[in-house]
Amino acid sequence: MADSMFVSILSAAVSSGTPVLYAALGELVCERSGVLNLGVEGMMLVGAVSGFLTAVRTGSLAAGVLAALIAGGLMGLIHALMTITLKVNQVVSGLALTLFGTGLSGYLGKSMIGVPLPVTFSQAPIPGLSSIPLIGTILFKHDLLVYLTYVVVPVLWFYLYRTRPGLHLRSVGESPETADALGVNVFAIRYASVTAGGMLAGLGGAYLSLAYAPSWLENMTAGRGWIAVALVIFAVWDPFRAMLGAYLFGGIDALGFRIQVLGARIPSFFLKMMPYVFTIVVLIIVTATAARRSSRAPEALGLPYERE
Amino acid sequence: MKLVLEKRETVSSFYRFVSPLLAIIMALVLGAAFLAASGFSPLKVYYYMWWGAFSDWYGISETLVTSIPIMLCALGVALAAKMLLWNVGAEGQFHMGAFAAAWVALSMPDAPAWQVMPLMVLAGMAAGAIWALLPAVPRAYLGVNEIITTLLLNYVAIYWVEYLVHGPWRDPVNLNFPLSAPFSSAARLPSLFGTRIHLGLVFALVAAGLIWFALGRTKWGYEVTVIGENPRAARYAGMNIERNIVLTMCLAGALAGLGGMAEVSAIAGRMTRQLSPGYGYSAIIVAWLAKVNPWAVVLVSVLFGGLLVGGYSAQVIGVSAASVNMLQGLMLFCVLATEALGRYRVRAVHAAVRGSGEGASIDG
Amino acid sequence: MGTVDYAVEMRDITKRFPGVIASNHVNLAVRRGSIHALLGENGAGKSTLMNILTGLLRPDSGEICVRGERVALRSPASAIALGIGMVHQHFRLVQTFTVAENITLGMSRPRFALDMAPIEREVAKLSSEYGLAVNPHAKIWQLSVGEQQRVEIIKMLYRGVDVLIMDEPTAVLTPQEVRELFETLRRMTADGKTIIFITHKLDEVMEISDRVTVLRAGKDVFSCDTRETNARELASKMVGREIGQTPERPPVAIGDPVLEVRELTAIGDRGTMVLAGIDLDVRAGEIHGIAGVAGNGQRELAEVITGLRRASAGSVNICGADMTNHTPRSIIEAGVSHIPEDRLGVGLAPNLNITYNAIMKRYRCNEMCRGPIVDATRARTWTDGLVERFNVKTPNLRTAVRLLSGGNSQRLLLARETSMEHKLVVAVHPTRGLDIGATEAVHTILLRERESGVGTLLISEDLEELIALCDRISVIYEGRIMGTVGRDELNLDEIGMMMAGISAAEKGDGHLEAGA
Repeated sequence: MADSMFVSILSAAVSSGTPVLYAALGELVCERSGVLNLGVEGMMLVGAVSGFLTAVRTGSLAAGVLAALIAGGLMGLIHALMTITLKVNQVVSGLALTLFGTGLSGYLGKSMIGVPLPVTFSQAPIPGLSSIPLIGTILFKHDLLVYLTYVVVPVLWFYLYRTRPGLHLRSVGESPETADALGVNVFAIRYASVTAGGMLAGLGGAYLSLAYAPSWLENMTAGRGWIAVALVIFAVWDPFRAMLGAYLFGGIDALGFRIQVLGARIPSFFLKMMPYVFTIVVLIIVTATAARRSSRAPEALGLPYERE
Repeated sequence: MKLVLEKRETVSSFYRFVSPLLAIIMALVLGAAFLAASGFSPLKVYYYMWWGAFSDWYGISETLVTSIPIMLCALGVALAAKMLLWNVGAEGQFHMGAFAAAWVALSMPDAPAWQVMPLMVLAGMAAGAIWALLPAVPRAYLGVNEIITTLLLNYVAIYWVEYLVHGPWRDPVNLNFPLSAPFSSAARLPSLFGTRIHLGLVFALVAAGLIWFALGRTKWGYEVTVIGENPRAARYAGMNIERNIVLTMCLAGALAGLGGMAEVSAIAGRMTRQLSPGYGYSAIIVAWLAKVNPWAVVLVSVLFGGLLVGGYSAQVIGVSAASVNMLQGLMLFCVLATEALGRYRVRAVHAAVRGSGEGASIDG
Repeated sequence: MGTVDYAVEMRDITKRFPGVIASNHVNLAVRRGSIHALLGENGAGKSTLMNILTGLLRPDSGEICVRGERVALRSPASAIALGIGMVHQHFRLVQTFTVAENITLGMSRPRFALDMAPIEREVAKLSSEYGLAVNPHAKIWQLSVGEQQRVEIIKMLYRGVDVLIMDEPTAVLTPQEVRELFETLRRMTADGKTIIFITHKLDEVMEISDRVTVLRAGKDVFSCDTRETNARELASKMVGREIGQTPERPPVAIGDPVLEVRELTAIGDRGTMVLAGIDLDVRAGEIHGIAGVAGNGQRELAEVITGLRRASAGSVNICGADMTNHTPRSIIEAGVSHIPEDRLGVGLAPNLNITYNAIMKRYRCNEMCRGPIVDATRARTWTDGLVERFNVKTPNLRTAVRLLSGGNSQRLLLARETSMEHKLVVAVHPTRGLDIGATEAVHTILLRERESGVGTLLISEDLEELIALCDRISVIYEGRIMGTVGRDELNLDEIGMMMAGISAAEKGDGHLEAGA
């Protein structure tokens, strides 16, 4: 009994952590190029609502996902325009996007509340792999979007650390003056990264509305975008650690849900608080213990680049 | 020929004054586009909003009433922003202030006003200050990003309030609704002139005045200014940055908590879960639009109060409350854009083979 | 043009910036395979000219020929494609990347997947060919300044650069490293490469260059083969007048120690020990100079004395009182003034106005405030006085400090620091980046301080400045004081050796290995 509860929690950790993972990966790419994006929450919501709307209207999940990618990407593009070309303060631009995105998604989704999704991302157990005891259930009995992360994370890692475009991306975040002097196109890379960040955030949101829930509710991300931002710091800007952090968060989330089932007398609201408190504590610990050089943020993070 | 953005040395003060107005107009225009796209007549919607907020005395008083919590929260956000601290947790501090005040009121149902009221004010401010202290200390001494911590604490505060009204504080009389028992009349903040405008407005105006005075004239205000401008120089000059961070954040939290106290005491009269439609977040936009100046904060808060009230009345013709949020977000965007454009000049450059051209200069 | 093989010719180059003509019909002709020195003071236009040659700036008029052909240098990339590259004074390296990663950054091959092995091999090859020892796997932040410079040179060689411009390369090197650099440059020219060497140091010009061009106020005023001129002639061309005026130093009675530092130890930003047991004192009425190449602990020494950095061991005494690891505030109140290295980043708040900046150390005083309120009128009067006495040129007191010139903001800083009650001045590179007039003003103020009985700790890279002003000079090397010499025993060679790590006791023959 406890065994299957354990497995069930871990499995739920994976699916619950996936939207945060997408958002965190997007934020990671964005921050690696030196731009801080605090609009993740708004981008996730916009992605969620566009995905949902499109899926309902067209009956196609692919169209929904595409719509989410486009919507998130557009928001990312706006952030890029603001912070890279107009050199607006990155924090404020991000906050503005969150507020705007939250409002916009509520506005667009008004007609979608309570509307059922005609087609959802159903569980697609991978034949063979899903029969492995324990791991099979935890990792391989999910839907396509979860499996996609299994591919995206290592690909992203390889891209960042073993390819030239990845080297150039990292250089832009560490020292844009140096990169610029050597002919690396700082602006193009930053634009691309920020937009990609938005797209991934949108995808994370779409996962919530098209697979995890699946439905549309106002503010359905409930702060996951912020958790993603904190996660990137915990992950020391590394994709694999981001995955670990996302599943940890997912685990706490899932745990809260299940503690009630276990009959413990903890009011549900305290369980809801757990992920946030957990994230705060983790953030404090990670920041306080950050070693000097190896776990530093990209040097130029948050600073606008101007060619003197 | 291409267009190039060239930085100006200083922003003309005329533009600095005009740009928030420009921003608001821009936001209204963009908002109109959204409304039109959703099948509404923008003019009709704006008319309803204006009418609801400013056309008659009732509307104006409602606008002022709505502006009070925004004003208090925004003053706190602005104060923190002066030191480059981002207090995104005004919403949570607001709720904790309301909680503390409600707790006092509910614990002393038979006490007279002169006892209960001051205690509620103190409790509200203290709770807000403590809720801000939690992220302030890690920020001051460990460098933990306060945006994330204050924001996450918002969720915690809201869940805490939800817990109370769904659980231990649930009104035995109204078991179907998540509300607390009503406060005694002694615990209700008095109103002015028979309208719903309450003493909270006085609190806010006094706070604005104090902040303006303190920032401009006191030693503490001087320190806050210098720290906000160049923390390294501040440290070099012997200022205690950590202590100032904690102090400023706590003050900001206290102001937001006071807003919560005023709202729960004067308007709601009991603890509910619907205390704030996002006052704490609107406060951030207000603080930015007002460029951190306390008096401008007062003015812009009234504007935003009007926006919210107008939004409510526009619901009559089917426009959702979410559209108000959207407009607010748009407004912040437009502020940022106009501010940014004011820093630059647009120049048309003729790409000569050799030199950088003397192109036509279009002041942007 | 004729039978001479020119690598680069710049003809009639003019470049204007708002309010100043940075390059005024400048002509420069650099022969292939030579080391050509570009000499001039700060602001003479050397950097502008070279920025034009490397494609960072476009001239308003004039033309550039590379190997005899006219070219249009649109960008740094096009300059590199033509074989022209520059090693800047402030290195353009990504600290967290390895040497090899930095060298391959910005190149287009390999295009996608990065195999570092062939890159590292090429780096090793260039490294041994020109005597530029460096480890391709090391991360930049682990390297010394001299090694980082080698990475910059290899970076250029890797890209096929054969006209290498070096901007003040010896400013950050020990004398031994300078020898090694010169050796490398000679090997490069033997191989047919061309070097343009920007400097303001006359002895280096005389030692290493084949030809020299002097720039002054944007004009090229003098060009000739090095062997046909001498240091004195070059100096006077550089400055435009007869040099050699040392400031007046009236004798001053030396008093009690105002600063005593014993066995001071501290950890630096990289986590390594940056001060390894410093013993030092400064007496009232003396200027005690600290010489040394940047990066040997000077900055950290000043920070520990003024309370901006923790000492891990040892003691700092101000006027007899133990002030080790006290807060900056109590150290200020004990009478310590600090003129920091980073004027605008640490000493001033550039966006605030003059008055705000002037009262930064005084706003707590009883004269300046009534209770919690700062008396605005008194603040203004005080600031007026400062601006007047120290000749700070500004339209009014409400101007933001960032709009002041370098010289004027330094004047304001000095005015503030020397007008409070103080016994010790800690001045770190106070004349860096200033022109002659501003430098002389700073020197005058420092000497005045000395006469009024204040003790000064003067940290500077400029040996000439130290020799002109100081009563004693100590040399710091790798966090230790290598030796102290009094004014009467001053010997440039000895100081140079101490700067390279050979203490006074070890003077030997020239084959001693200096620990770099």
